[in-house]
Amino acid sequence: MSDTTTAWVVIVAGGVGTFLTRASFLFVAHRFTELPARVREGLRMIPPAVLAALTVPAILRPGGGAIDLVDARLVAGLLALAIAWRTKNLLLTTAVGLAVVTLLEQLS
Amino acid sequence: MASVAPLLLGVAPFGIVAGAAVVDAGFHLPENAGFSMVIFAGAAQLAAIDLLKQDAPAVVAILTVLVINARHIMYSAALAPSFAARTMRERLAAAYVMTDQAFAVTISRRQADPSYQPWLAFYFGGALTLWTVWQIMTSIGVLVGDNVPDSVPLEFAIPLTFMALLVPSVVDRPTLTAAATGAAVATAAAPLPWNLGMLLGSAAGIAAGVVHSLRRNP
Repeated sequence: MSDTTTAWVVIVAGGVGTFLTRASFLFVAHRFTELPARVREGLRMIPPAVLAALTVPAILRPGGGAIDLVDARLVAGLLALAIAWRTKNLLLTTAVGLAVVTLLEQLS
Repeated sequence: MASVAPLLLGVAPFGIVAGAAVVDAGFHLPENAGFSMVIFAGAAQLAAIDLLKQDAPAVVAILTVLVINARHIMYSAALAPSFAARTMRERLAAAYVMTDQAFAVTISRRQADPSYQPWLAFYFGGALTLWTVWQIMTSIGVLVGDNVPDSVPLEFAIPLTFMALLVPSVVDRPTLTAAATGAAVATAAAPLPWNLGMLLGSAAGIAAGVVHSLRRNP
């Protein structure tokens, strides 16, 4: 069971840190100059790298176990990937993925 | 506000999942309000709550929040030139309500119509709507979270929502390299404790994407 004090430490420190990421360049916007290409490219790579590092292990090896190629989560994940690609719709992607994994886990 | 209406369709269930995760980890409305108002970032909230549920140390959860939210630095840099003439108060308010969605609709509006003037109101209209919807939906998630049948693996909604955000972030070959490397390293390192696999994968993915990009356009 989780500890409430730890949660609040995470909320406050994580919240302050998150605000700093959001404020970073806005804070110095009045003396804004063009960013060096290396920095700009580094910033541009953050969303694909971080989101892929969050998504793929959770689908392929939930809990850090072995990769199972006939797993319900892998089937649902691939279907969700196809839907996300075609529709860019967050709701449809999540709803179909969740429905498929629920159904497959019931059947097995 | 109308511009974010389609995005709210995705944010609303995401909020319910985030609220339900709070209850699942043994917390309730006060902690949900803390996460949703102080951090106010769905993907980071979900990851932090999941780590707290596993009794990970606070520093690991904080580091994870910062890594996931580092993408806001990119949004901040992209919006900054437009804010050069604004007051500090306006800039800090814009920072607090910054989200993937508010950034995306504002930037695409400005690219479609560079002469559009009331875009600051446009940004705040969308961002504040999302903020309000997020508070309401995560609270509903806390209140209904216990009623979701155990046969529905609600925690699986988390990677699914991340996937829906991941796909549009891959726009060219270097971003594909970043995503593929991040995925491969994080998956290989998944058995490591305390989310280290995700942190390693993120760092490797960013590095690989930058190398690819600079080789292509030195």
